[in-house]
Amino acid sequence: MASNNNSSDRQRIAQQRLSRIAAHLHKHEDGNSGIIAKECKIDATGSPEENKGTVPRKRQEIMKWNGWGYSDSKFLFNKKGQAEFTGKRYRLSGMTLPRLQDWFENTFGASVKHKSPATPVLNASVVPPPRLNEAFVENLKATGIPFSNEAEDRVFRAHGHCLHEIFALREGKKFERVPDMVVWPNCHKDVVKIVELACKHNVCLIPYGGGTSVTSALECPPEETRCIVSLDTSQMNRILWLDENNLVAHVEAGIIGQDLERLLNESGYCSGHEPDSMEFSSLGGWVATRASGMKKNVYGNIEDLVIHIKAVTPRGVIEKSCQGPRTSTGPDIHHFILGSEGTLGVVTEVTMKIRPIPEYQKYGSVVFPNFEAGVACLREVAKQRCAPASIRLMDNKQFHFGHALKPQVSSIFTHFVEGLKKFYITKLKGFDPHQLVVATLLFEGDRERVLQHEKQVYDIAATFGGLAAGEDNGQRGYILTFVIAYLRDLGMDYCVVAESFETSVPWDRVLDLCQNVKERIIRECKERGVQFQPLTSCRVTQTYDSGACIYFYFAFNYRGLADPVHTYEQVEHAAREEILANGGSLSHHHGVGKLRKEWMKDSISNVGVGMLKSVKEYVDPENIFGNRNLL
Amino acid sequence: KACTPNYSPGRGWPTSQTQDGFEDILEERRNSSDLKYALRCYAPVLYKGVTPCKANMLKNIVLQSDQLRYVINQVSQESGEAPDIIQEEASVILEEMAHRLQISTVRFFAFALSKAFKTLFQHVCVNEEGIQRLQQAIQEHPVVLLPSHRSYMDFLLMSYILYTYDLALPVIAAGMDFMGMKFVGEMLRMSGAFFIRRSFGGDKLYWAVFSEYVKTMLRNGFAPIEFFLEGTRSRTCKSLTPKLGLLNIVIEPFFKGEVFDVNLVPISISYERILEESLYARELLGVPKPKESTSGLLKARRILSEDYGSIHVYFGQPVSVRSLAQGKVNRSTYNLFPRHIPRKPMEETQSFVNDTAYRIVRLQEDNMVLKPWVLMASLLLQNLEGMELSVLTEQTVWLRGLALSYAAFLDWPDHAPTAKVVSSSLALHRGLACVSGGRVSLVVGEPLGPVTPEEALFNRAVSVLSCASYRNQVLHVFLRPAMLAVAMHTAASSKKNEVYNCFSFLWDMFSNDFILCPGDTVQDFEEACYLLVKTGAVQMPQQDIVMTDIGQPTLSFFNGLLEPFLQGYQVVCRYLCEEASEGLTEKQYIPAVRSFAHSVLCVFTGNLRCYEVLSSDMQKNALAALLRGKLPTQKALLARL
Repeated sequence: MASNNNSSDRQRIAQQRLSRIAAHLHKHEDGNSGIIAKECKIDATGSPEENKGTVPRKRQEIMKWNGWGYSDSKFLFNKKGQAEFTGKRYRLSGMTLPRLQDWFENTFGASVKHKSPATPVLNASVVPPPRLNEAFVENLKATGIPFSNEAEDRVFRAHGHCLHEIFALREGKKFERVPDMVVWPNCHKDVVKIVELACKHNVCLIPYGGGTSVTSALECPPEETRCIVSLDTSQMNRILWLDENNLVAHVEAGIIGQDLERLLNESGYCSGHEPDSMEFSSLGGWVATRASGMKKNVYGNIEDLVIHIKAVTPRGVIEKSCQGPRTSTGPDIHHFILGSEGTLGVVTEVTMKIRPIPEYQKYGSVVFPNFEAGVACLREVAKQRCAPASIRLMDNKQFHFGHALKPQVSSIFTHFVEGLKKFYITKLKGFDPHQLVVATLLFEGDRERVLQHEKQVYDIAATFGGLAAGEDNGQRGYILTFVIAYLRDLGMDYCVVAESFETSVPWDRVLDLCQNVKERIIRECKERGVQFQPLTSCRVTQTYDSGACIYFYFAFNYRGLADPVHTYEQVEHAAREEILANGGSLSHHHGVGKLRKEWMKDSISNVGVGMLKSVKEYVDPENIFGNRNLL
Repeated sequence: KACTPNYSPGRGWPTSQTQDGFEDILEERRNSSDLKYALRCYAPVLYKGVTPCKANMLKNIVLQSDQLRYVINQVSQESGEAPDIIQEEASVILEEMAHRLQISTVRFFAFALSKAFKTLFQHVCVNEEGIQRLQQAIQEHPVVLLPSHRSYMDFLLMSYILYTYDLALPVIAAGMDFMGMKFVGEMLRMSGAFFIRRSFGGDKLYWAVFSEYVKTMLRNGFAPIEFFLEGTRSRTCKSLTPKLGLLNIVIEPFFKGEVFDVNLVPISISYERILEESLYARELLGVPKPKESTSGLLKARRILSEDYGSIHVYFGQPVSVRSLAQGKVNRSTYNLFPRHIPRKPMEETQSFVNDTAYRIVRLQEDNMVLKPWVLMASLLLQNLEGMELSVLTEQTVWLRGLALSYAAFLDWPDHAPTAKVVSSSLALHRGLACVSGGRVSLVVGEPLGPVTPEEALFNRAVSVLSCASYRNQVLHVFLRPAMLAVAMHTAASSKKNEVYNCFSFLWDMFSNDFILCPGDTVQDFEEACYLLVKTGAVQMPQQDIVMTDIGQPTLSFFNGLLEPFLQGYQVVCRYLCEEASEGLTEKQYIPAVRSFAHSVLCVFTGNLRCYEVLSSDMQKNALAALLRGKLPTQKALLARL
């Protein structure tokens, strides 16, 4: 606890008490709690096992406290003026990216000379002291469930990855409200106990999964006066059982995407659910936000994958009595939980579909002369219902962005081939380099069918002027999605702020929406005094029978602006209004959180909001799950 | 331009009212080769750098559009004809409608018009700042040019100016009447005109082809679209209440998200002397309009020998539909209906478009350049028996001061003595007024041979209506204070609310005759009060409105200004109450009311001077006002007048 010059005696006494409690806790943890936790594990699986999850309780041990991802992985511009990506975890790790700096400086009017470095360590004095509910703490201690009220732990769970959240962390701004403590349940039963205690002592619970929210969903409501407890599900990360007859697995909801996939792969299976955040986002988070994975064309979105959900609410546990593949038993109660964004309870266990690992995987890419042709092709592919596992269309800006991320070419031969390809596309085929776009593809299945499928898609593409552009381009497109969040941190080191947002829209409005939203952003930036041309880029990331999901990137150089985050927020707000006016949805998969609450009424009607409110009213009358998302 | 503190047209409308200066584009034509000018390099910048679209390609896009295909299928199902046949019909309609813009024809016009303009006009003045704004606007968003319409000359003139400044040539919605002119019709088509039938009320297919044709050009930004909000040439030189059909069409792509924005550019074309001057007066009096024909055009060559003074063309501030619509129309209401299925605009949209149209016409009015003659005409019409030249001069100076303090866009020659200004105006308009023995009076045509009273009346009316067409040009400047002056005159007391009630009554009654933006009654009243107080004619102690010691001349001028309208409405009212029989059709109405007015005028030549009631324009507007009002109001109207 930081000592404040002005702190009164009472505060000092409180702090002393707190540190005593903390000391107490540590002892407890080292002693009994381990056993209890194991019991919990024995309870569930029948065999004691160690926690195999990637994420430790102290997330800050391996992850950045004020940026995206692992502490060891980041982009930087080295002394030779070349960008490199540190660490060993990714395909790009350890490589230099000779084109990135030029692209960066040219696109944003930025310069590597104008640095805007982040505060290196968390200053504990900017964190408000925890307001603990003593009785709750006493009772919780008795359960042996581990918890903490250290500043680092609390701050880590006070935010998601919205631009304003990360910007504030980097600037070392004072927090208005953070969770007062963090608890780490080990299993469903722990959660039941925690929720019971929270109800008993009127404590506010905010479930925390992977922390990858981009909707301000994890922000603590500043007006919340009760003790706020962040319920971190990261330790509930086991596959409890796997049923090969029915191809389902029963999984604890705190498991993160990469662990789920790794563990299933060990048994020869996969879930096929791969949202761009899958390295860190959790199963429970997917359910709570109605997540979508890039391979949904084969495997489905989260609502298609889920067979059974178990969730703990203040009213008790909600679950179904069977695992029938489909039921007609009134409105599907799963859909109260799916997209509830932590306002009704905590998802603890999920039974989900699994598939055998596909025999063969192949990336691909197609270059189109312009965005219109690309969209027309995707529409046709959707019409013929022959979309590969993933098909995405990047606009021209993103195409160039992707190119800027090409690692140093190792041989003269590759260099030569590259040049030849470029010559072929731009000179022989007459594609305008400032117009052409690229679609990236991922096929899965058995080899023969993949090849057949591939031909079908390339044939359709050809009718829209598309040229096959190789596996490499395709794969690089997907790499971009995993490193983009790391790139944002690089931008922020050099006065560039960036964010992404998404929507879904009927096919006939795709082009107009993309164009109008981009234009709106450019215009709003100009009106709000942004000195440099913003980057606005979009891609079509998912196709459906009747429409598509559009993903926007938006970034600008904020030099000369007094309050870049505020400016950014105004522009994003305007962009969202433009999306809604152009027939786009409020969100395809990011959710509503607190960022987009204001549009809920218009989006789902007053009656719709009333229905959701009445569910909340019944399930959680005391607003124990008080993150105030959604409504 | 000074403006009242109350007058705020709202978000998105230009606020700065200072007008730009003008440049004479004929000056260069008089000093350099017209041929060279017609053949020079013409490479305008287009919207977002699109390449111009060949006329044939455009037709194909329209015929293959989802919008048109939907209607074709619908019509086919309703009529039982095969879709192919309907498609063929659509293709024929499009063929008849579409422009075939050709640069060679444009060059021909550039040459011929240069020659013609130089003989007809002293100057053709354009505000170059407006041109620069337009050039900017064309590159950013689809542009709709909305000129005022006083003469056939308007659209040739517009294209001529745009060609001169190397701007994209517009495609122009023209009435089908021109098509009748062999050869000329085709020439116009090749200079960018497209032709629409005057009425096609229920013809779904025609509407679909037409609206899709216009929208396609707009969406793709191939060319600025030009049309006349007033729908037809104003024979009275008063702005006509706007027609909404085409405006609805060009605004819809914005609401549907097909374009980011649409820029509306109000353009004011003011003629010092209108070519059609006496034709209009005759037309209004019931002499049928000569049918557009090539031989007619050739016969009209004699006008080439006359001096028509100057033309001023003012390109107004482009108005962004997006900014106008913000907070007024919720675009997401378009989300739940397929965009290619035609649908009647929602109420919200309709009232938005209506309001926009009125405000654009008001902007046109505000930027009309007024010549000294319009002030003189206003004075002469209040002194039909003629007036001393010195008195006319004196009062013109007085009126000039009043007009300027009401922000009139007056083109008064700098440093010229008033007497010179007055005499040169009289010289230019010698066909309308003459000076003899130091008195100025209207010129009345003298037919050969004996004159019947009817003929005399007709000739008198022609001269009054011709003169009125100049007075009408200044009406928009004085209208609101004048209505207040009349309201003060008629109200039972000087209580503000009573005066307001009278004002509001007049406002409603005159809303076909003048451009009064829907819903602006209170705002207009306050503007009127402000202006009259500002010029010292009126005081407003507490809840009263009273004339000041020096207010008499102003108020009586204003009363006189509106008197012809009040008397005209009164005559129409009397006709309806006294004469009209049951089952009167609209077709019978005009001749009937005309002959009634004739008889009234013949009987009371002395005290009733409302020759203007003979104008079919006023007759129609009065009827429309009465039809709008309910019967008790009609009686009240009569009582009040």
